[in-house]
Amino acid sequence: MEARAITIAILAMGGEGGGVLADWIVDLAEHGGYLAQTTSVPGVAQRTGSTIYYIEIFPESEARRAGMDPVLALMPVAGEVDVVIASELMEAGRAVQRGLVTPDRTTLIASTHRVYSMAERTAPGDGRVDSAALLDAARTSAKYFVTQDFAAVAGNAGSVISAALFGALAAAGPLPFAREQFEEAVRRSGAGVEASLAAFRAAANGHVPPPVAPAQEPRLADRIEREFPRPCREILQAGFDRLVDYQDERYAAEFLDRLAPVRDRDRGDFALLRETARYLALWMSYEDAIRVAGLKARAARFERIRQEARVGPAQILEIHDYLYPRIGELADILPAALGHWLLSTAWARRVVELLTRKGKIVQTTSVSGYMKLHLLARMRRSRRRSLRFQTEQRKIGEWLATVVALAGDDYALACEVAECPRLIKGYGETHSRGDAAFGKVMSAVADLRGTSGGAACFRQLRQAALAETSDAC
Amino acid sequence: MAERSFKKEVEKLRLGDGEVFHGEGILAVTKALLQSGVSYVAGYQGAPISHLMDVLTDSNDILRELGVLFEHSASEAAAAATLAASVNYPLRGAVTFKSTVGTNVASDALANLASGGVLGGALIVVGEDYGEGSSIMQERSHAFAMKSQMWLLDPRPNLPSIVRAVERGFELSEASHTPVMLELRIRACHVHGRFTARNNVRPQFTLRDAMEHPVRDAGRIVLPPASFRHELEKVRERWPAAQQFIRQHGLNEWFSEGAQDFGIILQGGMYNTTVRALELLGLSDAFGNTKVPLYVLNVTYPLVDEEILRFCAAKRGVLLIEEGQPDFIEQNLNSILRKAGLATKVHGKDVHDNIALPMAGEYTPAVVIEGISKFAGWYAPRLAAARRTAVPAPAALAVAQHVHARPPSFCTGCPERPIFTAMKLVERELGAHHMSCDIGCHLFSILPPFNLGSTTMGYGLGWAGAAAFHAPEDGKRAIGIMGDGGFWHNGLTSGVGNAVFNQNDSLLVVVDNSYTAATGGQDILSSAAQNPIRTTRQSIAEAVRGVGVKWVRTVTRTYDLAWMRDALREALTTKERGPKVIVAQSECMLNRQRREEPAARQAAAAGERVVRQRFGVDADTCTGDHSCIRLSGCPSLTIAPNPDPLRKDPVAIVIDSCVGCGLCGEVAHAAVLCPSFYRVDVISNPSAWERFRARARSEVIGFLQGMA
Repeated sequence: MEARAITIAILAMGGEGGGVLADWIVDLAEHGGYLAQTTSVPGVAQRTGSTIYYIEIFPESEARRAGMDPVLALMPVAGEVDVVIASELMEAGRAVQRGLVTPDRTTLIASTHRVYSMAERTAPGDGRVDSAALLDAARTSAKYFVTQDFAAVAGNAGSVISAALFGALAAAGPLPFAREQFEEAVRRSGAGVEASLAAFRAAANGHVPPPVAPAQEPRLADRIEREFPRPCREILQAGFDRLVDYQDERYAAEFLDRLAPVRDRDRGDFALLRETARYLALWMSYEDAIRVAGLKARAARFERIRQEARVGPAQILEIHDYLYPRIGELADILPAALGHWLLSTAWARRVVELLTRKGKIVQTTSVSGYMKLHLLARMRRSRRRSLRFQTEQRKIGEWLATVVALAGDDYALACEVAECPRLIKGYGETHSRGDAAFGKVMSAVADLRGTSGGAACFRQLRQAALAETSDAC
Repeated sequence: MAERSFKKEVEKLRLGDGEVFHGEGILAVTKALLQSGVSYVAGYQGAPISHLMDVLTDSNDILRELGVLFEHSASEAAAAATLAASVNYPLRGAVTFKSTVGTNVASDALANLASGGVLGGALIVVGEDYGEGSSIMQERSHAFAMKSQMWLLDPRPNLPSIVRAVERGFELSEASHTPVMLELRIRACHVHGRFTARNNVRPQFTLRDAMEHPVRDAGRIVLPPASFRHELEKVRERWPAAQQFIRQHGLNEWFSEGAQDFGIILQGGMYNTTVRALELLGLSDAFGNTKVPLYVLNVTYPLVDEEILRFCAAKRGVLLIEEGQPDFIEQNLNSILRKAGLATKVHGKDVHDNIALPMAGEYTPAVVIEGISKFAGWYAPRLAAARRTAVPAPAALAVAQHVHARPPSFCTGCPERPIFTAMKLVERELGAHHMSCDIGCHLFSILPPFNLGSTTMGYGLGWAGAAAFHAPEDGKRAIGIMGDGGFWHNGLTSGVGNAVFNQNDSLLVVVDNSYTAATGGQDILSSAAQNPIRTTRQSIAEAVRGVGVKWVRTVTRTYDLAWMRDALREALTTKERGPKVIVAQSECMLNRQRREEPAARQAAAAGERVVRQRFGVDADTCTGDHSCIRLSGCPSLTIAPNPDPLRKDPVAIVIDSCVGCGLCGEVAHAAVLCPSFYRVDVISNPSAWERFRARARSEVIGFLQGMA
């Protein structure tokens, strides 16, 4: 067979170290008796956009025998790529889509982690693409598929993904070089060598799955076990625990009471009961200032942040919370009568609005800052008398009654209605917009009830409303 | 300081006779300039030429040793005008810029230069930004070569060919008294390869010699009657001289010339792609030993009639591989053949029957394989049958729906992002405004999540692009955007001066991030950093006032969203008439991090007090509506699976790459979003008092947490 170049494409996003990886491969080849050529299209693609680095290597001995230099290409040809390295899963998908990964010859090395696209990130609900589909495409397209969360491997080793991918390339073996030669190339590059080598080795030594903790039998409240069907118990328990944490045992018991009529009417696979329970628990634990303060003040949060920010023992951690309590939120947690009075009394409004003109940055790790949150959180005891509590319970009651009423004769529509509170999100204006959208969509129930395709129509309405609320910002 | 440093690589510029140079195409061009005895170099940055400018900047010491002057020109026009030094003196000069945008700007000077002609070699190195990843309109530099009659080199994309093109380019320029353009495609600029070096040459005749002994020749100046003589000179003297030089020195190349009674004519820049296509079709080996005759045009303008006729004489047909449109070379080729009475059929961008290659678009290997395959099929079906068919991946089509386009966007912590966030907030209050954009990173505003801006008319032309929109007394004002790079390039006159003179009432926002950031962070007049070889720290606000703008506001911290929003609101609503300018300042985060991150690490290691800031989102208060992302788009503000078993929608999360710019917190406040954002200060080497206070705080807070 005639000598030909070994072709390597690296698909990455600008600023991700694809260039470093390409440089290592060139250096590896040039020191290993190969001629190497690499090209890229930097420019603005470097600014976080997706980009391709392309490398061809050719045995120097063949060139010497021919007495000529090979002509190496500057762009990959679909179907003619030996190695594809993708720094992220969607980029692996892009390589497949462009035909660079083919079952007759391509070794595909891809990290399983996701860097979400702008469309995925800005979607109001869940706009993520299906990672399983990307993995499937990669698996069926490649001759050899090497995959792992190389970002995590690199992160654990205190290095960057390019080093881990280089290690995976060494171990996968599509290139005619020994592992020591790969390591030498990293050493020659001279910067952050030890960290790079640690990541390189972690990836090259292959995937060691973390020990899986034995699945624990979920601890269930007696009532849930006694009164509710098995497929819903986990969700119910999660809701129950949430509401104990949110208010108290009595409130959690009310949650179960409210679900009894839904359970009695659910004659399907309990999808209705499950989803109603989910959104009921979330709604009953609506985020008022008391809840937010309680979550922000707890010790577990301090510990989580300490770990995430990798605070060393000799370092000091300070947490500054960005809060913006406004008149609505204050009235919400006041006793109902007082809350009404505040909202409807012009001079009182003006005073409070003057005091809450600007957002506040509270240093939660200071004593005075912490005290504010602590005292606010303690208002939990009087929550049942608050303005917001009464409003929310009334709305919850109405929604739940609709679900129960539909459950008997239009199960599909009932399921859709059960999921409708998903529209109500966020705080302040975002919350108001969601609330309005919820009301609008719910008003269609009467017309759609019992019609064929009513459930599907309702679902579309709900999705349209979600998109519309997100247009506002 | 530029984004990429070539301090280490530029040492390769000192290599001497016989030593082997390994490196990037752009570095090889610099080495070739020095080997050619160049006296002066100038240019303006812009991909793919940015790195050439960065290489020259970093090699300033070496250039000085050789007596070579290097200028960062104010614009491509200034760069091209610099070549005037070669009109009257035997000085070799080179200028460089991005094409065709830079060539557009330079064309006035280039046309004047080409009219009078040159004595010393004048080389214009243009980086052709065409095809995938390009950020500009798709046009050809070829048109500029034709209209002004400059010669156009398009060498094979390997380092020896590129170096040779530089060296021969100067000679060709001198032999024909004509400026020469050297066109480098984007991948050729960044190709890594090797060539055998020669010694650098110190120019014999120096700039100082010229200044000490000035020479003038009115016959070289574009003014009648000389200008009419120039045109005749171009066709009667310079053109034939160039053709003769090209022929004598074998600038164009032949491969397997007599192998078939058909052949391929191609631009030099298309050589590697063509050979790869032939290889995959079984018509060549990996070394370019082809079974099909090739005539490689390393000089694409002018064509050399004798060579064309020699190649085509005994051929039934030729395929012309010419990337880009209009099909200038194909028309020229047909004209030469028909005038000579040759019946050789020309296939290229055929529009009727026998279509070989598409009229427009990048000639990728796939396109060229298809073209050659058809052509060979028409002329030698047996040869063409050897094609090895690639095995397509079954999933390629199905996966498309899961792969999103990923265009470039603002970096993490970019100071330009809050400007557009502020505009979104102002739009909520005042409604949408017409917005005219410019060239630079700020043009990413037209993409999600901001979706702001209607047009871009070119570098520095952001405000001029809004010139037609004079706001009536009670109407909405138009907004122009301009970067600091575009401002100094020409925006100060074309935008600001124009608005003042014409009494325009619109608003200009100048994005002042201390660099030409999009081209790789090069310094300009208003850069905040001291630059040892350039004068910096000139104020944009003062310049604007200097040409007569009365309403000027400077926001010195764009991350202060409320400040930015209020400035915009005031500019759009104030009763004061006349042009308004907001200078929005904050340093490019990419450059800032490159400088500050290592410094902070060093300081922390040395025991100094260092505060590291980053932001976070509390997953349990985030309700997953993502409006914070829609108002920011920061790569570090992304989504993660919801840890809450009851919630389905992903939560917002700030990942490790966060640089603590603070925009997400500001957004949460300014847009009154949610209480989920927090800032973390991690203090290394705290003072004794801080340590004491932290201990005391944690005691008290720990006690209270125990109560809950």
